[in-house]
Amino acid sequence: MPGKRSLQDLSKVLEHELVPKHEVLSVEEGLEILRRYGIKPEQLPWLRASDPVARAIGAKPGDIVRIYRRSPTAGEIVVYRYVVPG
Amino acid sequence: MTSPSISDVGSFNASDLIEKRLGARVPRSVVEELKAVVTKYSISKEQLDKIISEVEKEVEENTIDPGEPVGMVAAQSIGEPSTQMTLRTFHYAGVRELNVTLGLPRLIELVDAKKTPSTPLTYVYLKPEYKNSREKAIEVARKIEMTRVLNVALRIDVDFFNNSINILLDRDMLEDKGVEVEDVIKVIQKSLKKARVTKSEENPYEVVIQFEEPIDPTKVERLREKILGLKIKGVKGINKVIIQRRGDEYVLVCEGSNLSELMQIEEIDYRRIRTNNVKEVEEVLGIEAARALLIEEIMNVLEEQGLEVDIRHVMLVADMMTRTGTVKQIGRHGVMAIKDSPLAKAAFEVTVKNLVNSAVRGEIDKVTGITESVIVGNYIPVGTSKVGIVFNPHIKIEG
Repeated sequence: MPGKRSLQDLSKVLEHELVPKHEVLSVEEGLEILRRYGIKPEQLPWLRASDPVARAIGAKPGDIVRIYRRSPTAGEIVVYRYVVPG
Repeated sequence: MTSPSISDVGSFNASDLIEKRLGARVPRSVVEELKAVVTKYSISKEQLDKIISEVEKEVEENTIDPGEPVGMVAAQSIGEPSTQMTLRTFHYAGVRELNVTLGLPRLIELVDAKKTPSTPLTYVYLKPEYKNSREKAIEVARKIEMTRVLNVALRIDVDFFNNSINILLDRDMLEDKGVEVEDVIKVIQKSLKKARVTKSEENPYEVVIQFEEPIDPTKVERLREKILGLKIKGVKGINKVIIQRRGDEYVLVCEGSNLSELMQIEEIDYRRIRTNNVKEVEEVLGIEAARALLIEEIMNVLEEQGLEVDIRHVMLVADMMTRTGTVKQIGRHGVMAIKDSPLAKAAFEVTVKNLVNSAVRGEIDKVTGITESVIVGNYIPVGTSKVGIVFNPHIKIEG
């Protein structure tokens, strides 16, 4: 793992073509998602708090992140990840 | 259905109606396609209603049912075509000097989530303002290509009589790599404090390293290696750079990878830089980028071998591998290790070790998965046997 990188480098990460758009959800939105799927947050796919994108958007453990993936089959697809420590 | 009909009866916005009725439930691409088709023809509201219902029905019918063993289907759909892959390891990716691991070995490498691929490659694109300039491409190539003293030295001699080491440099290589003799001297001088590095008087391409103390013959081999290994310039890990022309721009194909450092370089388009090293992408660009790259790489391997595998199967594999926020291999150290059931783990690989460890820790198997159910002779929780009946005698029915 490369050491601490500056904020400028992290913003470069967000612009890379492989990186889809991530956004941190508010608590209410997060609860709404969990209610809709009827699951506990750990059952969502995880996103490590040390992930470069998580650091760039300032996601903290416990947050739920919404990701707009580009999909060759469905055009655009919305998925969620639960931020875990690590 | 598609024939142009009586011009629109009453005013309604076709796009809005489609969006309202399908937007949330149907894949984006279907919605967009339908919008594009519908706006081409003038259709009455009734007809549009009928089309939308038809699309709804079709999507509903083609959606995977709950309890479908998608993992099993994916495993078979990728596994069977893979048996037809050639075992030939190397393939020349357009350039003679570079070869890439493809076929089965590459596929195994990808699902095993290897730290470094056996042939790491990086594709470097230049920023739009430089992309048509061959000169700029060569300049960047020289800048990033890792050059050691070893690469430009023709001969290295140890002179015990004069207490010096003489390095004869290769004039052609110096020119090729864009290195001056002075650069070499500077680099060597910087690392050797107890010596004076000068250019030889007889030959301008010879570097003389004059030591103050006598050279220890037992340590001379190590010293020689140290001098030859000194980095003159370049990015660590980038061993060879080849300039390719693709369409209207120049692309630098690099052997080796070092994303985080390459992204810092001014002329390089950091938005488009690509590598085939999934683990490195995970570290530098995050788990979502790693997932996207994993899908792309697996599809490339399969397509290159002429195998048609639906991308959805590959996406499922990539989703499983990236579930925990890091790239996990498909195997007993990766996705299998996350399983809760000790029986399922024991049934996969290293049976005794798994059973002993589970016994020592007093683990409990709830027999909720497929493998455990097969072992104990239960119905497997797939398809129609996934549903169960819950009876609660305490609920009172009103009325």
